[in-house]
Amino acid sequence: MKRLLACVPAVLLAFSSARPAAQQKATVQNVAEIPYTSVPNFLKMPAGETLGEAIGVATNSKGHVFVYHRSANTRLWEFDKNGAFVKEIGKGYYGFEFAHSVRVDTQDNIWTVDEGTNTVTKFSPDGKFLMVIGHRPPAVEGAVATVFGPNQPSQKYIFCRPTDVGWDPQGNIFVSDGYCNNRVVKYDKDGRFVAESGSEKAGSEPGQYSLPHGLQVDGRGHVWVADRTNNRYQELDNDLKPLKQYTNLGTGWTVCVSAGPHQYVFASNSNPNGNGPGTWANTGEIYKMELDGTVLGKFGHASKDFGGFQVVHMMDCRNPNEIIVGEIESWRVQKLLLQPQASKTGSSR
Amino acid sequence: MKRFITLLCAVLAAAGFGVAAQSPAPELMFDSNPSLLTMPDDIYLGEIGGVAANSKGDIYVYTRTGHPTISIGTSRAFAHGGSRLFQFDRTGKFVRELGKDSYGMMVAQQVRIDPQDNVWIVDQMAGYVNKLDAQGRPVLMLGRKPESINVPANAGRGGGGEGGPGRGRGGLPGAGAQSDVFNRPTDVAWDSAGNIFVADGMGNARVAKFDSKGVFIKSWGSRGAEPGMFANVTAIAVDAQGNVYAADAGNKRIQVFDNSGTFKSAITNVGAPGALCLTPGTNQMLYVSNSNPPEDFDSGGEIYKVRLDGTIVGKFGKAGKRPKEFGTVNSIDCRTENTLLVGELANMRVQKLTLR
Repeated sequence: MKRLLACVPAVLLAFSSARPAAQQKATVQNVAEIPYTSVPNFLKMPAGETLGEAIGVATNSKGHVFVYHRSANTRLWEFDKNGAFVKEIGKGYYGFEFAHSVRVDTQDNIWTVDEGTNTVTKFSPDGKFLMVIGHRPPAVEGAVATVFGPNQPSQKYIFCRPTDVGWDPQGNIFVSDGYCNNRVVKYDKDGRFVAESGSEKAGSEPGQYSLPHGLQVDGRGHVWVADRTNNRYQELDNDLKPLKQYTNLGTGWTVCVSAGPHQYVFASNSNPNGNGPGTWANTGEIYKMELDGTVLGKFGHASKDFGGFQVVHMMDCRNPNEIIVGEIESWRVQKLLLQPQASKTGSSR
Repeated sequence: MKRFITLLCAVLAAAGFGVAAQSPAPELMFDSNPSLLTMPDDIYLGEIGGVAANSKGDIYVYTRTGHPTISIGTSRAFAHGGSRLFQFDRTGKFVRELGKDSYGMMVAQQVRIDPQDNVWIVDQMAGYVNKLDAQGRPVLMLGRKPESINVPANAGRGGGGEGGPGRGRGGLPGAGAQSDVFNRPTDVAWDSAGNIFVADGMGNARVAKFDSKGVFIKSWGSRGAEPGMFANVTAIAVDAQGNVYAADAGNKRIQVFDNSGTFKSAITNVGAPGALCLTPGTNQMLYVSNSNPPEDFDSGGEIYKVRLDGTIVGKFGKAGKRPKEFGTVNSIDCRTENTLLVGELANMRVQKLTLR
């Protein structure tokens, strides 16, 4: 009987990894609610166009908003800080097939991560192609049946459904990769491989991953990874050595680190696709933390209504009091105005 | 005995023990302009299958871009799109698109310009070689796009580019049909009489020769490592005497044939040749790229300059993403000996190189 009991957690683990959408209630206690409002009709679409799944959102230093979304084709749109449409970027680009992330670096270059072409692409601030990492398999190899079974061995310069990108202050590039690898990869600023953490194999030890779904890098060069199917966040040092893990914030869908000298981390326990029974009330919230992991507050809840969240896929938090969220299911982008609050340690810094 | 020693020397030289082969190729100095081509805001270059200049300096780029698409129709699935052909002026300014919404631009493999300034494109997936006049109108077609594709193509490689019936049936592996039915063709070249030579290619392992009207003359080669056989045929060029240079990347050599396909020699010590170019004029030079595969940016990638007798003049560049580095070179234009246009698949760019 004891042996039978001992195998139960392993069975549960296997079950959860087979269902990556499975969600977990956060265990962190006594977290203050941060009041917020959502700006009505923030983004104005070009005439006759609509957003698809709002998979990626990011802002540049001018407050322009970039939305990387799954429309009939995957598309990247730029809006100004008031939400007026500016232009489309990457129309017909070979590396756009199935959006997963857009991020803007400190020089305002725009980076996209596309899980349909296995590419990470750098565009200039005005949308010109600058560099690509990864490689789209040529169509001449034909349509390939979806692979079930063990992942293929990971390769330095080839991604397998990559998910996100970030940079340290030196410009090194970090990629979370992804749905069919389970690793974080570091490249130098010119795209040359430096190091990786994890492999094609999923695992739950520190430095192993099970669907690394989001990634950002803070001003110290530490790498924050939303380790989704492990229901945690991992913090790595700049050489990808694991430092800490955060297991009390529910399922690690996506992570954001704010700009400025005092950085905050935002982490989303996004509600699952379809809002299965038992998930409505206890998933969907976003946490605000200090870099040391101290949880300062939370906001948001699962809801299809405006102001609620219907599977937050990415957050922009350049300004920690103005959060822009992109949602999968309600095909929308919301701009949230958070009521400013003093951080616990802010006054002493 | 003297004859034996001579023979021994010849064998050793052929096996790569020659003095010249042992000394490292000298590094050639060069500069790069990686942003020669300027694009309209709403057009993006993708992976560069081919880049070539005509006699006026106009630049043509055949690129894998847009969205390769499978349409659901009847019980068959139809594939289309995925590549485009662009023209630029000699300064790199965008001029126009040729063949917009073509039936057959799917996986751009190569573009070459003949002495009359016709534009020839090779599409690896549609399996054809198409001659366009200077206005972009198709005037001669070798091969035919398969009507439909299998979904999923569980046969793996070659499933999309299969040229149709008769593919090597009853013959040697890779020998192909005695016709213009290709399997993932890669390149095209001409001799001074206008005969057409097609590298065929990644699916087949042969060279096919046609007259200037596109009538099949002969083909040679099958899959293997012996002289006259190929692992694959990745590029082709023809010199002023009509000799045929066929890049055999899988066997790490360039095989040289006479105009009728009789094996003459092999050029080695140039890595796995992914792209070839012969300079014009009387003292012709060969440029060949040891193209790195997209999954490896930490070795290879350099380009060699070689005399037609196989002597290596020097080499330059390496794999990487910076200017003067290369990411899977698939095309070299060397209309001018010291000014090259280099097209890269994995880096999605064209560099204009100037050798010092």
